[in-house]
Amino acid sequence: MNMVFSTGEELLEICKSENISISEAAIRYELMISERDRDEIYEEMRLNLKTMKDSIKKGLSHKHVSMSGLVGDDSITMLEFASQAAMGERMAKIVASAMAVTEVNATMGCIVAAPTAGASGILPGVLIEFAHQHELDDEMILKGLFNAAAIGVLIAKNASISGASGGCQAETGSASAMAASALVEMRGGTPLQSLDAAAMTLKNVMGLVCDPVAGLVECPCIKRNALGAVNAVLCSDMALAGIKSIIPFDEVVTTMKNVGKMMHIDLRETAKGGLAATPTGIKIAENMAKAKQKTSQADNSKRD
Amino acid sequence: MNCSIFDIIGPRMIGPSSSHTAGAVRIGQIANKLVGSHVKKAYVTLYGSFAETGRGHGTDMAIVAGILGMDPDEGGIRYSHFTAQQMGIDIKIEFSKEEAAHPNTAKVHVVGTNGQEYTYIGTSVGGGRIEITSINDLELGFSCEYPTLIVFHEDKLGTITKVTSILAAEKINIAFMKVFRSQKSQAACMVIETDSQINESVLKKIECAAENITEVCFI
Repeated sequence: MNMVFSTGEELLEICKSENISISEAAIRYELMISERDRDEIYEEMRLNLKTMKDSIKKGLSHKHVSMSGLVGDDSITMLEFASQAAMGERMAKIVASAMAVTEVNATMGCIVAAPTAGASGILPGVLIEFAHQHELDDEMILKGLFNAAAIGVLIAKNASISGASGGCQAETGSASAMAASALVEMRGGTPLQSLDAAAMTLKNVMGLVCDPVAGLVECPCIKRNALGAVNAVLCSDMALAGIKSIIPFDEVVTTMKNVGKMMHIDLRETAKGGLAATPTGIKIAENMAKAKQKTSQADNSKRD
Repeated sequence: MNCSIFDIIGPRMIGPSSSHTAGAVRIGQIANKLVGSHVKKAYVTLYGSFAETGRGHGTDMAIVAGILGMDPDEGGIRYSHFTAQQMGIDIKIEFSKEEAAHPNTAKVHVVGTNGQEYTYIGTSVGGGRIEITSINDLELGFSCEYPTLIVFHEDKLGTITKVTSILAAEKINIAFMKVFRSQKSQAACMVIETDSQINESVLKKIECAAENITEVCFI
């Protein structure tokens, strides 16, 4: 059977006829399209998992200062507040983990793009912290990662995973959809429930714009990763509870692409609209430009 | 196009941006691969979004790190300017206000310790992937995803066959191949992406295969 799926329907068909999970379908997909064997594919994903774990640990171990000086310690603040969180301590810890990775990213630390650097907190934050809370082993997290990859492949093939072409819905939205689907499989759900969870996640942030202040992957990206983590957990819960996505996954992905196309260029990572264009956003960008000029002058005088 | 699951989960990289940081490292890496030795001097010009938000994304540090031979996931990227200084490499970075065809573009002029000298233009096209669009004013295009052989030559009948027959004899399979030239009988270049590495002795053979072959690089 051809394992190279291009739509959610095809993926479900493969899972059904081969009686396999989405994670296994993702591995068989990779076996078909790459020159790697099963061991190499597992090894590569293990390396990704290790970097993901390290990035959470690093983010929560001490306070960081980002390239702009704007952000860096919100994850620790969230973690310290976790026991009082209205969303519950467990959810708050997942949020803190997701923010931690994105802060490490903003401070030039090592992360795994999932699917992008700007959205890199959601998948590790949700999967690793959930596994930790429920005493699931690395094998189970790896299954989650393979499952998530299948969803990401479908979105990349039929829409986009980049903020520049589809806005934040395509970037953190995709990461959340991947995490939601992965969580469903890790919790014993069916492939259809995984796709329902992914569809509902994307629906919840349909139209979300990419408007980074001063063009940096900091504000509002880190908080959007926090939202993405909650959205993923929420939708995996809805799917496992038996709630279905009224609009099927493939149609949601196509419409996400179309909505991205309708989005004005100012709202697609160009830092010209949305929050980047607020008085405060503009001021931050101007201050950074001034600082930049100062450093270049300093650099030039060093050369002279 | 079938993307790999590791295009979705991956690469492992130093943040904050796959295009502005990881892609910039990869553009820098081309410098020492082109000269085939350590780098003595590199002048970098950043255009478009690279110039606009480059400092905040560490684009300058990332390109320098690549020039030093670092990979996109190495922690030393942050300190690359300092490292270059320590190694006595002459590096200049300019943030240009000029427009470029692609928003994330860098031009690198590099001189190797062996005296080899190149100017190339690279663009970061997303997800850490890059494309080299020009070398020494010759417009071309390749992605650096495969081992890449670049043969500079004067456009002349039969040159391609000479090169490809050497590759065939060495059992090196060609995955993709493109030929570029400025105009007929003038400067031209073959970009050959292969399935396996090409060793020094084969490169020498190719260099000597025809008189009109002026330069051979392997990236």
